Amino acid sequence: MTITSNTSVTPAAFLRRWWPWIAIIAAALILPFILPPFRLNLLGRFLSLGIVALGIDLIWGYTGLLSLGQGIFFALGGYAIAMYLQLDSLEPGQLPEFFGLYGVKALPLFWQPFSSPWFTLVAIWVIPALVAGLLGYLVFRNRIKGVYFSILTQAALLVFFNFFNGQQKLINGTNGLKTDTASFFGQMVGSDAMQRNLFWVTVLLVIAAWTLCRWLTTGRFGDALIAVRDDEPRLRFTGYNPTAFKTVVFTVAGALAGISGALYTVQSGMVSPQFMAVPFSIEMVIWVAVGGRGTLIGAVLGAVLINYAKSLISEQLPETWLFIQGGLFLLVVTALPDGVVGWWRQGGPGRILAMLGSSPASATYPGLDLDPDVLAEKRAIEGRARAQESGASQPSGAER
Amino acid sequence: MNVLLDTLFNGLAIGSVLMLAALGLAVVFGLMGVINMAHGELMMLGAYTTFVVQNLLKNGPLEGLFPAYILLSIPLAFLVSGLAGLLLEKTVIRRLYGRPLETLLATWGVSLILQQFVRSVSSAFFIGLIAAVALGLLAPRLLPAAWWRQRWSPLLGVGSWVGAGAIGIGLAAALGNDRSLDQPWFSARNIDVTAPEWLRGSIDVAGVTMPTARLFIIALTLVSLLAVHWFLQKSVWGIRIRAVTQNRPMSSCLGIPTEKVDALTFLVGSGLAGVAGVAVTLLGSVGPNLGGNYIVDCFMVVVLGGVGKLLGTVVAAMGIGVLSYILGSGSLLLLWPQMPAGLNETITFFATTSMAKVLVFILIVVFLQFRPAGLFPQKGRMVEA
Repeated sequence: MTITSNTSVTPAAFLRRWWPWIAIIAAALILPFILPPFRLNLLGRFLSLGIVALGIDLIWGYTGLLSLGQGIFFALGGYAIAMYLQLDSLEPGQLPEFFGLYGVKALPLFWQPFSSPWFTLVAIWVIPALVAGLLGYLVFRNRIKGVYFSILTQAALLVFFNFFNGQQKLINGTNGLKTDTASFFGQMVGSDAMQRNLFWVTVLLVIAAWTLCRWLTTGRFGDALIAVRDDEPRLRFTGYNPTAFKTVVFTVAGALAGISGALYTVQSGMVSPQFMAVPFSIEMVIWVAVGGRGTLIGAVLGAVLINYAKSLISEQLPETWLFIQGGLFLLVVTALPDGVVGWWRQGGPGRILAMLGSSPASATYPGLDLDPDVLAEKRAIEGRARAQESGASQPSGAER
Repeated sequence: MNVLLDTLFNGLAIGSVLMLAALGLAVVFGLMGVINMAHGELMMLGAYTTFVVQNLLKNGPLEGLFPAYILLSIPLAFLVSGLAGLLLEKTVIRRLYGRPLETLLATWGVSLILQQFVRSVSSAFFIGLIAAVALGLLAPRLLPAAWWRQRWSPLLGVGSWVGAGAIGIGLAAALGNDRSLDQPWFSARNIDVTAPEWLRGSIDVAGVTMPTARLFIIALTLVSLLAVHWFLQKSVWGIRIRAVTQNRPMSSCLGIPTEKVDALTFLVGSGLAGVAGVAVTLLGSVGPNLGGNYIVDCFMVVVLGGVGKLLGTVVAAMGIGVLSYILGSGSLLLLWPQMPAGLNETITFFATTSMAKVLVFILIVVFLQFRPAGLFPQKGRMVEA
């Protein structure tokens, strides 16, 4: 954000600078009262997915680490809050229902701290952060990077998925943990009033997460991250240790994923190993890619818009969604490498308007470029080049 | 002794399926550096080809060939998957060489499209698709040439594809009113391939029961491996492929058509996926989600083996196969009954197929801590900084 230097702020200048925030706050205050509860719930869920997308933007868009395993941290956060809600809504001495099915008499030791709300509030983001930090340190220490990093994170995801799927006794395996019937501050978690509060909490946390990411990426730390992305060997030769930067940023992304998972779990009513399914974690990447990697707001927008589109399309034409999603992957990779927000910021709409002729193409040397004769000649040359190109075979493939 | 042999055989059987599946991936990833997430879906295409061949031969004039349908479907599956891979290379992958993360995302998109394609393809859908693709490809010819020299020509390019897509969808919808054309070919259900008579029994050797289907898969794996080895080491195109892998600009200077080499490598890798698909049909019913069950395992095989080494792929696949069978079936407990109690509990904890996978993957990640480049790392000066 640019900082204006004039000290006397006129209302118009104030509006011009702050209108996005005013719009966001107004929307956050008004939406819960005009949207039906079902849609509000969806919006709240998708906003919470925006937080995990912010984390992915941080590690992929800024640092160049494509993690396909963010579902691990997302689900860990979800399991933490789900267990707390289950334990909190029980009478003293009781156990969550599913333990009885598998003959477990006492609460397993590692679940016991989760009856405390304060521990849970911390655990939601600290446990995923610790797991991410450990995994990241082990991987980055060996300078495993690029696609190997992606494949390893995916393998780790599969490890967690199989583990959580297979452990019926300790975490209810495939069925996961339900939260919608649990009570929270004396209200049902699934109730409408609760939903409104959760929506506001989500909005606040998204803004907080955005601010954190903004702060991390603007300073020297952010410069180091971009250096890791663009030329890691050079950064190392300059005397920095990329491992530390990468581990830290991966840990932060893990923590964000945990918070996101907790918010999503509370609003969707359950957590299950499906949160760690391989496709879901790759979907997270596509939200960021479509919104625009390296643009923080793009990650949130991408998560909300794609998921909203998904729910709308899946209601109407369920069969087409996979085609559309696959098409989005292809589109983003081949035509929109910086996503929608990146395209917008680089003057994409202006270029399209210029193509349609409604505004003149920008001129580097107006005296020369706008001369009608020169323009006519240029068009003739371009036409000839295009004819040659379509006559000959495809343009030669890019070099490796 | 019996238990040991039995374990070894079953482990080898699992490993050989894994190896057959990973072989094509090793070719594509090892030689081209392309991450093909659609590899599993190409396997699925091979499996569906087997299904189609079986149904064509089951009742009809060619019934005499039915016992051999599985042999017939191997080259056909190679061709179908290979051509699908070739199309993928020509349209998408070639724009993305040198950007492996982008190929990962693009091929994942392709895999989603292929999955849904198999679920919802019907005759109407297929005709509409062909029409859309044909119109999109022919648009530059059909529209006036002058239109392609305007300022808005890039928009016309996009627009022509959107228009072709709309026409295709419209055509499919119109044809879909006819009940017989609207019938999905496969639907979302799993399909079953019944093994021919001669693959159904089992052979007893030294007290070990070996199902013939498993033996067939092991043999198929061996043949494929030898064929790939011969192709890469002895054939002219194999030598060209290796040359391009080692030094692309130099090969190009010496007159090797690098683009053709890329296309051929991708075709061979994808075709091998199809062959693996044939093998998988013998193990049980298969469905549109087949690919997801194999893709991560295949990548683990390639990474563990070391990129660009076929020997590494073989050792890694067999190792993973034997290890997961030993752990998953709990046969370690049978082999060593007097195990200490603590170890015994640990082994029992991991003695299911999915938990064995957990342990094997953890072991692989630990192993990569010590040997980050896999079992057989690439030697030479081409190592990245």
